[in-house]
Amino acid sequence: MSSVESIPGPKIRKKVGTDALIQRGFIVVIALYLIITLAFPLYAMLSKAFEVYNYDLSQFSVQASDEEGNFTTGPVTLLDLNAELGLLGDSDMAAKGDGRLSLTQFFPDFSFRSPVMYRVAGTDEKSVFLVGSERHVGTESVEVDSNTFRKVVVRPVKSRGMSNFTRYFSTPALFRSIGNSVFIATVSTIITVTLAFWFAYALSRSCMKYKGFFRLVAMAPILVPSLLPGIALVYLFGNQGILKGLLMGQSIYGPIGIVIGSVFFTFPHAMLIIGTALSISDARLYEAAVSLRASRWRTFWTVTIPGARYGLISAAFVVFNLVITDFGLPKVIGGQFNVLAVDIYKQVIGQQNFEMGAVVSVVLLLPALLAFAIDRQVQKKQVAGLTARSVVFEPKPDRKADTGWLFYCSLVAVFILGIIGICQMAALIKFWPYDMSLSLNNYAFDRMDGGGWAAYKNSIKLGLLTAFVGTVVVFLGAYMVEKTSDFTKGRSGFQMLAMMPMAIPGMVLGLAYIFFFNNPANPLNFIYGTMAILVVSTVTHFYTVSHLTAVTALKQMDTEFESVASSLKQPFYKLFARVTVPVCMPAILNISIYLFVNAMTTVSAVVFLYSTDTALASIAVLNMDDAGDIAPAAAMGMMIFYTNAAARLLHAVGSRAILKRSEAWRQR
Amino acid sequence: MTTFLKIRDLWKSFGQFVALRDISLDVIEGEFLCFLGPSGCGKTTLLRAIAGLDIQTAGTIHQAGKDVSNLPPAERDFGIVFQSYALFPNLTISENISFGLENAGKNKAEVKKRVDELLQLIGLPEQRDKYPAQLSGGQQQRIALARAIATSPGLLLLDEPLSALDAKVRVHLRHEMTELQRKLKVTTVMVTHDQEEALSMADRIVVMNHGVIEQVGTPTEIYTDPVSLFVADFIGEMNQVPAEVTKEGEVRVGNRTLLCRTGDFAPGSKVIAALRPEDVIPHDKDVRLPGTPDVIETLQNTFDVVIKEMEFLGSFWRTSVSDEEAEGLDLTADFSINAVRRLSLAVGEKITVELPADRLKAFSETSGAEQ
Repeated sequence: MSSVESIPGPKIRKKVGTDALIQRGFIVVIALYLIITLAFPLYAMLSKAFEVYNYDLSQFSVQASDEEGNFTTGPVTLLDLNAELGLLGDSDMAAKGDGRLSLTQFFPDFSFRSPVMYRVAGTDEKSVFLVGSERHVGTESVEVDSNTFRKVVVRPVKSRGMSNFTRYFSTPALFRSIGNSVFIATVSTIITVTLAFWFAYALSRSCMKYKGFFRLVAMAPILVPSLLPGIALVYLFGNQGILKGLLMGQSIYGPIGIVIGSVFFTFPHAMLIIGTALSISDARLYEAAVSLRASRWRTFWTVTIPGARYGLISAAFVVFNLVITDFGLPKVIGGQFNVLAVDIYKQVIGQQNFEMGAVVSVVLLLPALLAFAIDRQVQKKQVAGLTARSVVFEPKPDRKADTGWLFYCSLVAVFILGIIGICQMAALIKFWPYDMSLSLNNYAFDRMDGGGWAAYKNSIKLGLLTAFVGTVVVFLGAYMVEKTSDFTKGRSGFQMLAMMPMAIPGMVLGLAYIFFFNNPANPLNFIYGTMAILVVSTVTHFYTVSHLTAVTALKQMDTEFESVASSLKQPFYKLFARVTVPVCMPAILNISIYLFVNAMTTVSAVVFLYSTDTALASIAVLNMDDAGDIAPAAAMGMMIFYTNAAARLLHAVGSRAILKRSEAWRQR
Repeated sequence: MTTFLKIRDLWKSFGQFVALRDISLDVIEGEFLCFLGPSGCGKTTLLRAIAGLDIQTAGTIHQAGKDVSNLPPAERDFGIVFQSYALFPNLTISENISFGLENAGKNKAEVKKRVDELLQLIGLPEQRDKYPAQLSGGQQQRIALARAIATSPGLLLLDEPLSALDAKVRVHLRHEMTELQRKLKVTTVMVTHDQEEALSMADRIVVMNHGVIEQVGTPTEIYTDPVSLFVADFIGEMNQVPAEVTKEGEVRVGNRTLLCRTGDFAPGSKVIAALRPEDVIPHDKDVRLPGTPDVIETLQNTFDVVIKEMEFLGSFWRTSVSDEEAEGLDLTADFSINAVRRLSLAVGEKITVELPADRLKAFSETSGAEQ
């Protein structure tokens, strides 16, 4: 129709009503939450990666007296002195943020007993050097004796540059991890997606028995931390493992262990996505294929696979992302095989090299971001491919095939239950393999390092707080994005922020939090080391999936509810409380159980953020395993499993009760 | 007749797209007004601007003398029924209806009384404790209506309120809604794309196309005297034949000269001569028989045609006829069952038809809407 044209008359500026004002307030507050807990920390981390520290020798001058204490020569800058004596090279000038350079190095014949006096001065107003803990700024010179001169040090100067990255890529021990990470993620993805596809296929396209049981078993790995399969593998294939012989001399500590464990903990995610893709297939296409006399094989490749295509791609990227960002499993079973997520941990916790930790984080961020971006694109297409008139596919019994599927699914179930079962056995056996009698000794966590039962209580506390705070924040945020009409720019900005956490690996988020919240200049510094920062980081870490769940539920509600309420002059919050929340209750419960279970199992973000008072059960598993207390680690892992299973059960019962009560109005 | 809603120079654009172009309109107090037009014509946009749900880009709206141009919906005075009804699924019927009555300065007894009154009015008093999903579509629609008028708003807005219903229920509810509106005397604006609905329900119809108003008038005015080919074609069927004005009141079609309302067209103008199918009058062949001489001469615009096709549409026969002497004069005519039986019309028969001169009207060749 018409192109650009000017509209005559003054433009109408709409009056902002009370509702709109309150809604804007909410959007701003929740957007601010995401900016503070996500955008700012990430920025702090990125800038840390480009922070370079070097000693600037030209900033200082020194002057040494003769034996009688008379200064006969004039002051020289350290730069000239160093050049003259050829003491330190360029590589010696690079420093860590907390590095110190002692000035005695520039006097090869220095002795702290000599009567020589020294004068130290800065060359410009901003030069800083330390005498002991005393700080001297500016050009005024300080005269010290030899003994005190030992305590004169200069600090490195901060600048920005790429040299951290150059150092990273010139250190084979570091950059080899990129290949390692991509390798294990790719292999795990191929195996998991293949296994999960056939499993989901059996569930949706066959008349095999015990489908409910298999569905339940397939979801079990979600309930345990990703390091639990690592512990099980140690028991099965480790140096004293019962099935060690099966490896034919290969070590479980390394890629083999990581891949097997990754298949275990990513299986439910892939199964869910592919299962959804398969369940929306249209039965009419199969009828058409049969009427065209297409062979089963042909039907499979022309109907089934194209229908599930987006689900398969999506599952592949999700699995890839999970594996490449996972920290717990390679930490336990990775051995000498370095991967990116563990490198971050080693750099930060082991070497206190925060800048290098930030560099590895940036490197890890790239594949994760890429996988995330592709997945988003694919999911958009998946929605577009759905039709409302599809007929649900009903499988027909086929005894031979159904028996085959039953066998296959049983194998997968044995694998999953086997891993959990081994951990349970390990937890109950007194001293594997020497004393195989049963006892509860391994549950006496207070006798081990790692935080004891207090850690378990902290985990429960974290789970409940995360579930509560997270559900409130996420649902309110989703409501504001989805159901308010104006403030378009603010809303789309918020939507973008809400999608970001999915792309941020937990290790990266945790490290970013250190940089941002541990900065004394940050007014929010006080939450560092408290339960609050654990809650905040966990909510943010798992924000996206919760947000999408809420948005999906809200999208199913009539878009005109808000219009009707405002025409009836009722405030939006009345509608929200009386209609929106009750109608979305199942989704709200799903969000809270998702947050609870993940808070119980997560290791990656919180491993940088817990303090002695806020140790967590999942961290305790990690630390006990590190300390060699593998059986108690398995026991603690099983505690997490029991808790999550109980929570899921409670959730199922609660959901059913709510659905039952609302049966009258939910029927349609 | 007082103007209740005064719309002046209203524009609405979505980015580059202009959805409403310079709309000015008066809605009279107590009338039932219909916005009618094809999808994308801007009728819903105009309704949402009146409601304040999507405020216009420029232009003013006065309601009952008060400038409401930039007010949010909550500060205006209207009730609204949407196509989906937007009934709150988890609230009972009476809770739905009383939603707008709470915290409006009424006590519980008063609210209950009002709800009872409304349930009585819409004839669903037994359904008060049911949930929307337990009711039929027609019942849901009436509940939505009751909720909209519960607070006695000065203006009732209906956004395609009947289009989600099946045909039978729709016809029934049309009647009910009109009656209710007459009883309450509430100024009502309804959006619809269904011309039959507009013709049967509205006091006045506003025909819209491409973001402009084509014509405003009573249903009969719109039907019998459309101002443009668009209106003529959108409401009912229309035969359209290219013609040329020969002199005032006369056009030539092929080699036949016909009397026609030519309006302001100058002689020599190329026009479209248009006539509704039901206005084609079939005449008995007997008029030509000896003994009744020259009756045919007294009739104007009368000539012989051959019946090409006949399609039975229930209450009438849709018939294609062709004038074999004047090229290009192919017409669709709707003949009543009576006429078909009386004149024993059949495919291939030659009959005489009359195109009443006062029903034949000349339109400009381009459609009336500015493009």
